[in-house]
Amino acid sequence: MSVRELVGWGRFPRVMAEERVSEDLAAATHEVNLTRGLGRSYGDSSLPGRAGDVVARTTAADRILFFDEKNGILRAEAGFSLQELVRVFLPRGWFTPVSPGTQFVTLGGMVASDIHGKNHHVAGCFGEHVRALKMRVPDGRILEVTEESEPDLFRATIGGMGLTGHILEVEFQLEAVPSPWIWGESERVANLEELLDKQSAASEEWPFTVSWVDTVARGRGLGRGIVMKGRWATSDEAPQGPPKIGRSFSVPFDFPSWALAPWSMRIFNHLYFWKHLPRRKRGIVHPQKFFYPLDIVQHWNRVYGSRGFVQYQCVLPQGTPRSVHHRFFEALSQGEVGSFLSVVKDCGEEGKGLLSFPKAGVSVALDIPMRGRATQELVDTLNEIVVDAGGRIYLAKDSLTRENHFRAMETRLPMFAEVRNAWDPELRLMSAQSARLFGDRETEAGS
Amino acid sequence: MKCVVLGATKGIGRGVARLMAERGDSLFLLGRNPSDLAATAKDLEARSGSGGTVGTAACDLLDSSTFETALDQAEKHLGHVDAILVTAGLFATQDDLEQDASLRDRLMHANFCGTIGFCEAAKDRLLAKGGGRLCVLSSVAGERGRKPIVIYGATKAGLTAYLNGLDARHHENGLRVIVVKPGFVRTTMTEGLKEPPFSADVEPVAKSILKAIDKEQAEVYVPGIWRFVMTAVRALPRGFMRKAKF
Repeated sequence: MSVRELVGWGRFPRVMAEERVSEDLAAATHEVNLTRGLGRSYGDSSLPGRAGDVVARTTAADRILFFDEKNGILRAEAGFSLQELVRVFLPRGWFTPVSPGTQFVTLGGMVASDIHGKNHHVAGCFGEHVRALKMRVPDGRILEVTEESEPDLFRATIGGMGLTGHILEVEFQLEAVPSPWIWGESERVANLEELLDKQSAASEEWPFTVSWVDTVARGRGLGRGIVMKGRWATSDEAPQGPPKIGRSFSVPFDFPSWALAPWSMRIFNHLYFWKHLPRRKRGIVHPQKFFYPLDIVQHWNRVYGSRGFVQYQCVLPQGTPRSVHHRFFEALSQGEVGSFLSVVKDCGEEGKGLLSFPKAGVSVALDIPMRGRATQELVDTLNEIVVDAGGRIYLAKDSLTRENHFRAMETRLPMFAEVRNAWDPELRLMSAQSARLFGDRETEAGS
Repeated sequence: MKCVVLGATKGIGRGVARLMAERGDSLFLLGRNPSDLAATAKDLEARSGSGGTVGTAACDLLDSSTFETALDQAEKHLGHVDAILVTAGLFATQDDLEQDASLRDRLMHANFCGTIGFCEAAKDRLLAKGGGRLCVLSSVAGERGRKPIVIYGATKAGLTAYLNGLDARHHENGLRVIVVKPGFVRTTMTEGLKEPPFSADVEPVAKSILKAIDKEQAEVYVPGIWRFVMTAVRALPRGFMRKAKF
């Protein structure tokens, strides 16, 4: 038990709070107001909502409780990390059915954010593969929650940002893989039009797709980038032996704030684009490099300096005119602050989670340095485009969206609020994000 | 290797047990809480993937009557025992220990009397079969009396002295005593304490301990830098220690 500064991965905002950690997660979550895992959500979703609120951290509760080697069913405590899952089970022919872009996340976090990955267009979100949860619900009871036993609570908890109860255990279905290696193809594309076309064509044929976009390039090169596709390599194609876990590097200190300026972003994006010298590359790819390219650099968030950064991810729904996509990327490349690293991905249909992020369309993820007012203005501008288009943002990344924008884009919020109210009428569970976006403060004042 | 672990449900013990399970060692776990032991055994079985079962038995450093039965069960389950690892122990801050007499009694009893009592029983079992490895976690806290760890450090100093004596007395009979002296390791035991320099995570520490067991190293500091740090700290004059904050 200790009072310390808590931050998300973007290191903005920062909150002082008491954090409890124990191997006994049921004990640690007794009468606390929020549970967090490895703190890899970017914004304020894992930070407490009120002064004096206490949070529990799951990372010491990381045991595997059950594994069915024949059918690939895994049950583990909420603090079990994806890194451990990959390390232990990938060499044995099993992988997570859905993987986010980092392996430094816990199962509890994967459920709470209902994470999606490069295979969203075929596999949906992580929640689609969850069979059961053990939860400490806000009134203090510990329940086994399945879609059959408590359908409303189950669906509200998938993607519910930890607001419906403390997730203690997760049982889910792993995916059997023919080898631990990836067969990948990537292609350099000249502009946004080509990128969106190539990506949606790729999604027809490949289980994993994602594109990197140069959001600094303007004019004819606007939206140029690299479309990446992959599938599990067959055992014939795969190299002998399992992939070795490579060395990682650490960013030892905060970069000064001038290091991340338009000129350095331009150089980085330019180099990244031209590093892909042949227009098309194909071959065997290391799974770590394919799924978690940034994990090799520990503390990469220090590159953004002590002021931190915000991630911004939205989905522009299917049928959004191309002119809107152009407007979005133009707003980005013309603003005072830009995005250092930007990723575009096709999303499949909406999942079962009441607040799950993805829906059919194009998702865009951006890393924007925190520069106060300028960053807020950029997020506001982008959100206005998203609201007009009928899209939405990803809560696991957000720290700057305004409540009116969120309410306009999240039409499912009343449905979620109803379930939450049934299980937690006093709003014992709250996060800084729910206080900012869900109107929790008003409820608190009115109660 | 066939190994008995007292303290595998938490922290460093959990880390070492996982490494052992993942490379195919046979394990038997001792600890206080049966359901906690059972869940930890399941975790190790799943990580091992060998299909072997990990046995468990209740054993409490504060209750010496549990030692013999627990070791009986371990021997029955494993057959021959190659190594016995003791990572269990209590920690509390000096302030808490000064204010709470019953906590102080428990900590002194568990870390000194209990651990030595258990080691005596464990040593007899190993020697009866011609020898084996006894690896016990002491601490760098036992190297020099210091302000923040007066009582905890004293229990570990006593334990280290005992283990060194045990090594001297029974090495020729085949007993291999491995004394581990961890520095500050980030676990739930140290959660909330101010981290000194050279703080370490469980995983590299567990790797060093496993290597020490494999190589039968009599004494190991983890991380290794502590050997030099403590050599220096032992040499500091008393007047300096009165002023120093560490």
